[in-house]
Amino acid sequence: MSTLSIDKISMRFDLPNGSHVQALKDISLEIKSGELMSVLGPSGCGKTTLLNIVAGFLAPTEGSMTLNNHHITGPDAERGMVFQQGALFEWMSVRENVSFGPRMKGQREAEWRDNVDHLLDIVGLRDFKDKSVFELSGGMQQRVALARCLANDPDVILMDEPLGALDALTREKMQGLVLKLWKETGKTIILITHSVEEALLLGERLLVLAPRPGRIHREYRLPFADMGVGHDLREVKKHPEFAEKREEILSMIWDMEEEIMGNAAEASA
Amino acid sequence: MIILLIYTSIFIAGFFLVRFGVKRLMQTRADFTSLKTVTFGDESAVRPDRWASVISVVTIFLLWGAFTGSKWAPIHAPAPFIGDTEITYTLQAPDGSTDDATIALRVHKFGEDPASPEIDAGTGFAKNDAEIVSAGRTKTVLFDKNDDAKRRDGAKIIAINGQPITQGQSVSFASGSVSLTDKGAIQITPSGGMQMEPIWLPPPEKVVSRFVEISTEGYQGFTLWEHLGYSLFRVVLGFLLGALVGIPLGYAMGLSNWFRGWFDPIVEFMRPVPPLALIPLVIIWAGIGEVGKIILLFLAALWIMAIAARAGVSGVNITKVHAAYSLGASRFQLMRHVIVPNSLPEIFTGARVAMGVCWGTVVAAELVAAEKGAGMMIMVASRFQLTDIVIMGIILIGIIGYGIDILMRIAEKTLVPWKGRS
Repeated sequence: MSTLSIDKISMRFDLPNGSHVQALKDISLEIKSGELMSVLGPSGCGKTTLLNIVAGFLAPTEGSMTLNNHHITGPDAERGMVFQQGALFEWMSVRENVSFGPRMKGQREAEWRDNVDHLLDIVGLRDFKDKSVFELSGGMQQRVALARCLANDPDVILMDEPLGALDALTREKMQGLVLKLWKETGKTIILITHSVEEALLLGERLLVLAPRPGRIHREYRLPFADMGVGHDLREVKKHPEFAEKREEILSMIWDMEEEIMGNAAEASA
Repeated sequence: MIILLIYTSIFIAGFFLVRFGVKRLMQTRADFTSLKTVTFGDESAVRPDRWASVISVVTIFLLWGAFTGSKWAPIHAPAPFIGDTEITYTLQAPDGSTDDATIALRVHKFGEDPASPEIDAGTGFAKNDAEIVSAGRTKTVLFDKNDDAKRRDGAKIIAINGQPITQGQSVSFASGSVSLTDKGAIQITPSGGMQMEPIWLPPPEKVVSRFVEISTEGYQGFTLWEHLGYSLFRVVLGFLLGALVGIPLGYAMGLSNWFRGWFDPIVEFMRPVPPLALIPLVIIWAGIGEVGKIILLFLAALWIMAIAARAGVSGVNITKVHAAYSLGASRFQLMRHVIVPNSLPEIFTGARVAMGVCWGTVVAAELVAAEKGAGMMIMVASRFQLTDIVIMGIILIGIIGYGIDILMRIAEKTLVPWKGRS
């Protein structure tokens, strides 16, 4: 099975003024096939850096990662990525965007047509497939991005705040869609988010990172993702345990933020 | 100065006329922008008033016609006096006796050569004179050549047309003014009016008839279309060569450290050197033939296109590149499907600038040395003071330059519809 294992990853780089930044320190993780893990943490804790390392866009200074028992050294189609925004190709239609991965592999239209049309159905964009992406709303564009990633059939999907730029209503609909896609495709997903609620709703596992240096602070296993599949997410949010976990994690992150502010105040004093 | 005043008053009068006259009478379309109340400061709400554009163009032609005495203009600025006129001077002999004589003056259009008006000498010691003069020019009349009382003997003029005058003063008469020089000679200036002489600015119909003439008969051994065609051909070829080298160079500079480091100093140095400054060097190296001009235009387009392509590459949103790689694209595929299409808007902007610069440069290069071309045409015409050809050439150069830009904009709209939409 496709297990992603991250072994003692550290990331440290020099700044022009001679000092250095320890962005990540000793991060070890094992993510099994089909797991959905959300990653949460105060700003500057290295969430995005971690995701970029897993995606292969950055090289860690220490440690290693393996997926399916081979080392990760660079970006690859086995690890798909969904970005916050701006990653769609404006010069292509919706359909051309979604079929980008298969086309790059040299597949002919007959090979990818059915799968792409099916994915466009799932994300509800069948009627928009020949539109240009710049004609779509923000929510529709993110659905294209999801479909494009899935069309390539990656083992792991990395999501970097994919719903961060959407309005609250669209965001809620999209959270349901992410859960549905996760359940239907059985993909391994790592999702980075700023929203505690989103992390709780979508994450089967929830990783809280602490800043300076970026490290794993706590990990949770949560029942809400399973509860939410096929159900109204607002019902899940009313669950007493949900409210309790939300408060717990919120105060945890608040404490970290305050610690950072306190340190900064001391440093400047 | 007067022209500027008239122009400004038409500008203001047109504004009020359209604003409070025409627009009140017409149904205006109530689209979204027309409902914006904040327009001062909101550039997107400022749209060109088509009435203003029409009035502006009409005004230019009207002023042109009015101040050149065009047959096409309904109104004219005061024309210079043309025809026969005369003045009378009163000469005082040294002994104090006076005598009147007339000067018959024939004022003719510039470039004509009429005969002197016929006169009889008259009686008395002051004799009548006949003179010819071009419209608006000053003529010094040595009136006492034929008079019995000479200035050197102490005779002097005391009045013109009955108005007393001394040396250095002037008096005006119906069709001009007369003054006395310090030495006592008469200077007559028939009134010049306010129209431009054709040698400064020919009327529009002369330019049009010149256009018809040259477009059928050609000029300096080549047809008009050959002149313009050669200029265009040089621009297109020079631009294409520049783009052919410049775009890959810009891509390489945007994609490779080594290329960036190697070419940065060269490109940054050459960019501020105006292509016109290269004309002498190119003439020394390649002569005045086609090769030299195409090299010059190639150099004019090269740096602009290289910088545009480089900007196009650096303008790629990094998430697009990451997305393409994590969808399994190879470097070549990334180039072909992401970097090239993403840089097209920048390249089109660069191409529009480069075409404009090339068109300007080719005309300038032809002014310096050429056997044919739009610039050569106006240069040769100016040597023979054929102002109408010069103006016709300038208008044609302007129209072609504008046409090139419009074509580039249409191409841009159809080829990169996503420009500014990401």
